[in-house]
Amino acid sequence: MFIVFKRRQCSKYSLVALFFLFYFMKANAQTAEEIVQKIKMKLEKINDYEAEGKMKTNVAFIKAPLATVKVFYKKPDKLLILNQSGISFIPKGSVNININNVFVNMHAFDVIDAGRDNAGLRVIKLLPKDDTADIVLSTLYVDEKNMLVKKSKTTTKENGTYELEMNYAKFLEYGLPDRIIFSFNTKDYKLPKGITLDYDDGSEKNGDKLKNKRGTVEISYKSYIINKGIDSKVFNR
Amino acid sequence: MWKLLKIELFKIFKRPRTYIAFGAIAAIVFLFQIALWFDGKTYIELILSNIDASFDFSDQFKTRLLNGYFVCFAVLNILLIQMPLLVALIAGDVIAGEANMGTLRLSLTKPVGRTQYMLGKFFASSIYTVLLLLFLAVLALFGSILLFGTNDLVIFRSTSIHQMSRDDIFWRYIAAFGYAAVALTTVASLAFLLSVFAENSIGPIIATMSIVIVFTILSEMNIPLYDRTIKPYLFTTHMVAWKGFFYVRSNEEGATIKGSIENLPAILKSLSVLLIYIFLFVSSAIWIFKRKDILS
Repeated sequence: MFIVFKRRQCSKYSLVALFFLFYFMKANAQTAEEIVQKIKMKLEKINDYEAEGKMKTNVAFIKAPLATVKVFYKKPDKLLILNQSGISFIPKGSVNININNVFVNMHAFDVIDAGRDNAGLRVIKLLPKDDTADIVLSTLYVDEKNMLVKKSKTTTKENGTYELEMNYAKFLEYGLPDRIIFSFNTKDYKLPKGITLDYDDGSEKNGDKLKNKRGTVEISYKSYIINKGIDSKVFNR
Repeated sequence: MWKLLKIELFKIFKRPRTYIAFGAIAAIVFLFQIALWFDGKTYIELILSNIDASFDFSDQFKTRLLNGYFVCFAVLNILLIQMPLLVALIAGDVIAGEANMGTLRLSLTKPVGRTQYMLGKFFASSIYTVLLLLFLAVLALFGSILLFGTNDLVIFRSTSIHQMSRDDIFWRYIAAFGYAAVALTTVASLAFLLSVFAENSIGPIIATMSIVIVFTILSEMNIPLYDRTIKPYLFTTHMVAWKGFFYVRSNEEGATIKGSIENLPAILKSLSVLLIYIFLFVSSAIWIFKRKDILS
């Protein structure tokens, strides 16, 4: 009799505990739309910025030195990566290195909650409402605590999939990263030997190894000048 | 020997035809530079068309890419194929020209050994070759820098792109011109050898050019049968090794290593092949000339 009473009491308490846990979880959990809105609001504080940093290009068929670059951004979606004095190969779709651009036309996307990934980041998928849009799907990996997008994947019809990884530290307050790694699809590169008249020193890699590889561009930001105003002419280069 | 060399140089530079080569080089370089000055963007777009699906190229990028170092490389790419003709024009004439004019026998009546006589002529041809190359260097490199300025150099190879920062380029040009001097001296020594057999300078000049053209075609052909059997032994295969100074090494992350050369041992190997050819051509020429009956 005593054992039966104990069991009943125990399951009653468990149910109450579960109810409260569920209630609080529900109260604290944010919907994907809410998260997107909060991040958008945070990023909207930035009207423009001029950032300075070092850029590393890692593409299978390109050997390029480390470059000192300036990155200019202006609302809503203007972005320019400028090598200060030399030459830098800027990949197509590099406008996506600025996460603000994802939030410009939020009304054109359906926001879908895709749960969490292994690292505990919220996974939010953005599906375009317009079937003819170039973007097929965008996936955001969000650090809910700090309201920061840590990673994004954008699949396009024309230029394959872009991935963006962001590390935050010094400029966390503005939601601006200290380091970004932008990866993109590269098409095959080949010029006829009759044109290049190469010297065959035996070092040319097998062409097949260079095909359909993904390239990355890594920018480590040293400084940001935020909301000081940037002339639109800067972007006409 | 020095006196003999001075006489031979005097003979070379007294002839108006010697200056044809300098004029031709000046004309080609200027025409190329003017063409790129006015329509360089089209040329750059043509080169970039292979990768413009993956990268965005702004006008500023194209302007910076078309800098003096890049123009000089493009000029050398074209001119160093034509230059053997200009070198053969003089080197093929040094012995055959004298035979044609009937002054060879007279020259050999002087108290000078045939070996010394031949070496004097060969060194004079080599000095002419080096001066021609220096002239090209001044026009192509300094002229292009003056017109287009300097910036990073980007080299487009068949399956890779090599970029060097602007402070890592000049020494490469010095090394490349030095190597090109050896490469052209190989052609000069071939023309010099063929000149021994002829009584008329047209023959050795045309024969030299024919050999260079046929060998160049064979060197540029990508046929597995030739790749390991014939190509490594053709001097034309090794003549383009000056480009090796513009092929850079990169670290694991793909970033160019400043001051590096991708395969220096290969360049040194090519250099030694050319030096062996020069030695063989010149020594054969002297050996044959020493046993030759001079009838004219």
